[in-house]
Amino acid sequence: MNIVVCIKQVPNTNEVKLDPKTGTLIREGVPSIINPDDKAGLEAALRLKDAQGAHVTVLSMGPPQADAALREALAMGADEAVLVTDRAFGGADTWATAHTIAAALKKLPFDLIITGRQAIDGDTAQVGPQIAENLNLPNISYAEDIKVEGDYVTVKRQFEDRYHIVKVKMPCLITALSELNEPRYMTPGGIFDAYRAKEVKVITRQDLDVQDGDIGLKGSPTRVVQTFTKSPKAAGTLVNNLNPQEAAEYMLEKLREKFII
Amino acid sequence: MDFTLSKEHQMARTLFKEFAEKEIKPYAQEIDEEERFPAEALEKMRKYKFMGIPYAKELGGAGCDTLTYEMCIEEICKVCATTGTMLSAHTSLGTWPIVKYGTPEQKAKYLPKLCTGEYLGAFALTEPNAGTDSSAQQTKAVLDGDHYVINGSKIFITNGGYADTYIVFAMTDKSKGNHGISAFIVEKTFPGFSVGKKEKKMGIRGSSTCELIFNNCIVPKENLLGQEGKGFVVAMTTLDNGRVGIAAQALGIAEGALDETVKYVNERKQFGRPLSKFQNTQFEIADMATKVKAAQLLMYRAAVAEDTQKVYSEEAAMAKLYCASTAMDVTTRCLQLHGGYGYTREYPIERMMRDAKITEIYEGTSEVQKMVIAKYALK
Repeated sequence: MNIVVCIKQVPNTNEVKLDPKTGTLIREGVPSIINPDDKAGLEAALRLKDAQGAHVTVLSMGPPQADAALREALAMGADEAVLVTDRAFGGADTWATAHTIAAALKKLPFDLIITGRQAIDGDTAQVGPQIAENLNLPNISYAEDIKVEGDYVTVKRQFEDRYHIVKVKMPCLITALSELNEPRYMTPGGIFDAYRAKEVKVITRQDLDVQDGDIGLKGSPTRVVQTFTKSPKAAGTLVNNLNPQEAAEYMLEKLREKFII
Repeated sequence: MDFTLSKEHQMARTLFKEFAEKEIKPYAQEIDEEERFPAEALEKMRKYKFMGIPYAKELGGAGCDTLTYEMCIEEICKVCATTGTMLSAHTSLGTWPIVKYGTPEQKAKYLPKLCTGEYLGAFALTEPNAGTDSSAQQTKAVLDGDHYVINGSKIFITNGGYADTYIVFAMTDKSKGNHGISAFIVEKTFPGFSVGKKEKKMGIRGSSTCELIFNNCIVPKENLLGQEGKGFVVAMTTLDNGRVGIAAQALGIAEGALDETVKYVNERKQFGRPLSKFQNTQFEIADMATKVKAAQLLMYRAAVAEDTQKVYSEEAAMAKLYCASTAMDVTTRCLQLHGGYGYTREYPIERMMRDAKITEIYEGTSEVQKMVIAKYALK
């Protein structure tokens, strides 16, 4: 079984501080990590490898520094690493990113693709499903448990108030949650092998069958105008012991109070 | 001259730091309090292949280098010197002599098990009347056909009672003094071997420090390590390498104490402001940070020398002497900055100060290190 795990290198937001004057993130000097949901996806792939044998490839699209995230994945036990990098890919939104990653994935053998649910720096949760869409693959998001039997994957999918148990034939794409598992540590010998015995394969613009208008900033239909931290909602009011008539009147009154109706 | 760590060393350090913080620190106080062997740490270090870091893959090791291994000891000792002692005694003292002096058969038999941690290693040189004067060994080994018979006892043996193999030194010819000492690999299951009393110590209290008793202990002839009569060389070279490990341990203790103190002086307020705003605190911290960095450079130099030089006794002795005295000095001053709280067991600083003291004593006292250094300096 060939598993490709897509990972993103992100700033460790636990260590990010806000600039008190501008209110923006200070990223300088903040260590980079593998995005937690992606790391859980990698751990899930490595567990499948331990249990039933698999070839695990990690793939990352990003600047050359993302090499460190891929080496970390190798040191944890991944077999192969691919870095998709080119100045032409810079400034990509989720649409262009997914389009580019999908084009790179077409160059690799895979039965199962695992991505994280979302990255802690952008929080969109879009790239995984968009890759699946680009490759015309079934997609199961929010995986909390993954089992493989023959050609089928059974996934326990987290939902707001329940779980879905979804069984799907491979090839398919799964997006993983950091709750899925506790990722293993690297091993010291694995680190030395990652730097001295293994290579990170580099894929650039010219290796991919894509149009210039579909990649990078040019290929990005969305623009980020502003980012902000959502302010938490105040707790709601609970009104008990009203009959339907009274409840309707109460709500009507509140809506009028706020000039909604 | 480049003082930056390679990418693999940086990543290894990140690993050791995270591992120590998450897997070892939570137990450190409890292990000290209960004088309990850090079994859970050992289990995790086995799992993540920390038990043979500097040794070649062909021998069963991780295929890293001495610097990586010493950084591992350093990071672990920042949070728990007991756990560091266990790993250091296993790797530097219990495994290294077989890597260096073992026959191909001995290497094949013992190293894969030691390097994976299936076996825990130990080293037994010290006797009640043979400490610094290790040539005064009274334990005797007599060849009897296909085996040696060992009689005597050893004291202060780290990992005693938990180790599976012990590198044991005994006199095969008392009349020859140093040249009459031989080294043996003794398995805990050999007839006539037993573990005696466990010491109660001031520091590194979770580390098992025991007496070993040899009562007509039968050791197969093929377990002689190195040549007969060459045991003193085995012991001294092993201690050179072990000293770098103790330097790393001492350095880790000093760094750990400084980390805790920086946190404390930023939080603790007196006279309306954090202690860190007082110049005495600033000068103390500055002085200690400088000493710690100097100690680190000496230790790293010795670690690199171990892999690149034939003889590194001087580098190892200087690193151990300076790191140990730094550990003692820094932990004492850090405790002082903590004031009364530092003297309580609610804060780790008193444990660190107790743990620091042993680094000036074992694997050659600070005075022995000065003897070694003087020999080179007065040439």
